Amino acid sequence: MMKKMTIDDKLGLDIYNTDEHESHIDVDLECKDEAEIMKLVLACPAECYKYVDGQFSFSHLGCLECGTCRVLSHDKIVKSWNHPMGTIGVSFRQG
Amino acid sequence: MSEEKFDVIVVGGGLAGLTAAYELANAGYETLVVERGDYCGAKNMTGGRLYGHSLEKVIPNFAEEAPIERKIVKENIALLNEKGGVQIAYTSPQLGEGSNASYSVLRGKFDQWLAGKAEEAGAMMVTGIRVDKLIEQDGKVVGIDAGGEEMYADVVILADGVNSLLAQQIGMKKEIEPHEVAVGAKEVFKLSEEIINERFGVANGEGAAILCAGDPTDGNLGGGFIYTNKDTVSVGIVTTLSDIGRSQLSVPKMVERFHNHPMVEPYIKGGELVEYSGHLVTEAGWSMIPELYRDGVLVTGDAAAFVINLGYTVRGMDFAIESGRLAAEAVKRAKAVDDYSADTLSYYKKLLEESFVFRDMKKFSAFPAILEEHMIFNELPAFVGDVFNRMMVVNSEPSGDLVVGIANDFCKRFTMAGIADFVGKLMEVR
Ligand SMILES: Cc1cc2nc3c(=O)[nH]c(=O)nc-3n(C[C@H](O)[C@H](O)[C@H](O)COP(=O)(O)OP(=O)(O)OC[C@H]3O[C@@H](n4cnc5c(N)ncnc54)[C@H](O)[C@@H]3O)c2cc1C
Ligand code: SF4
Repeated sequence: MMKKMTIDDKLGLDIYNTDEHESHIDVDLECKDEAEIMKLVLACPAECYKYVDGQFSFSHLGCLECGTCRVLSHDKIVKSWNHPMGTIGVSFRQG
Repeated sequence: MSEEKFDVIVVGGGLAGLTAAYELANAGYETLVVERGDYCGAKNMTGGRLYGHSLEKVIPNFAEEAPIERKIVKENIALLNEKGGVQIAYTSPQLGEGSNASYSVLRGKFDQWLAGKAEEAGAMMVTGIRVDKLIEQDGKVVGIDAGGEEMYADVVILADGVNSLLAQQIGMKKEIEPHEVAVGAKEVFKLSEEIINERFGVANGEGAAILCAGDPTDGNLGGGFIYTNKDTVSVGIVTTLSDIGRSQLSVPKMVERFHNHPMVEPYIKGGELVEYSGHLVTEAGWSMIPELYRDGVLVTGDAAAFVINLGYTVRGMDFAIESGRLAAEAVKRAKAVDDYSADTLSYYKKLLEESFVFRDMKKFSAFPAILEEHMIFNELPAFVGDVFNRMMVVNSEPSGDLVVGIANDFCKRFTMAGIADFVGKLMEVR
């Protein structure tokens, strides 16, 4: 087995210039549709969406800016989605 | 608010945008590239293989100076089941010859190099700036708005990638649907050059590609890929968004499952993870091509959905480069007559129709439907595993008749209706 790493360990290797306060994604955290929530939990490569003990949460901090959540749930859970402002967000050195 | 006017503004410093900018700057036009990343390539991720033919036309012998990782000389296809799999390797001198050659690349470095070439040719690069809006006047695109700063041009080339919010904003492109795209997640592991040579059986400068179907995505539409770089190995998975929820494995878990698979792990064992990335991959290709031109604007590369995605392999970089080149051709012609109307710019589409971009995309247009059958990702790897087990496993159990056994395995995995449907769709591809 390869060394076990959490998603936070992995994202910690990437370079981020984060805007702690301003999120480029606006999420409806009041949503109660579990099927819809689970889609985002399963699909987000950065695990920005979490659903633990019936508690739905989102953090834009590790976002890889892929657009997956927008495509899966625009007009539903994802109320608005934009690229972060210039220079903000992740920078891939390898890519 | 300042106001500046260029001949051409290119939005997005990826391969499509940079190629267009290089060509136009070389032709002497005042060209501005606006890229939201800190540097070109900062936001871009790919599986790893660039088919060289299209860039060869723009910069002959580019591989001699560009930061390519390795020339791919070994092709592998693997059908993986849960614990093992079958891997078929193919080598041929033809693979690496002239414009047939393909190279593993890492976009963080590669795009910066191409940006440097465009800059040398005279293009102006602005990085770290996000374009927020296209400016339209009387139905014509005349410029861009970036954080309140307005810049004008005769033509705007949209090369802003798969999430082209700008093409959506002016109605050239619809919002993407889940069955039209996949999510890709990739890890890059550092190893030494020698270890990579040894494990993949290649010499310095030479590399391997391994394309995997089956287990990596737990039967979801998609697959896994492994590409050798100079002293790193790229390992990742791609899975269609409409299949999310079909398996209870999350995307990050699929990545883990893939790199721990007994056929994958030996390649990367002991490697140190240096980066983890994610990106959308266009899947529906042909059926999701947006409007390609309007008055004052052209759409190129991923923004135009120029991708062939067969699940286990993706091809979009050579299309991005070719479409960037053809967009530049169309703009040069428009400049010559000083007319940037949709009518004049429609020349771009004509060039695409005559190019390998449309030819190849059309050829594979029925492929997404075949993949939706899931057979390639589920029954087929399982069946091939059954057959090899029957042929290779020797023990003291009664072995029985090989042919009857294989026939039984076959009946267990497939239904006639399923096969008929699959073959039918396969025929449509031709
Ligand atoms: C997992 C995965 C594996 C793949 N494997 C392969 C492969 O092996 N071979 C292959 O040929 N293809 C592959 N592809 C496809 C290939 O990567 C793409 O087709 C290619 O990168 C498209 O290039 P592009 O220039 O059109 O877009 P991009 O490379 O996405 O460039 C778009 C640029 O626009 C910028 N941008 C976007 N919006 C704005 C804005 N508003 N303002 C300013 N800048 C903006 C972005 O920052 C980015 O730099 C793969 C893709 C993925 C995700
Ligand atoms: S854009 Fe991608 S990485 Fe960011 S929150 Fe959405 S799914 Fe996750």
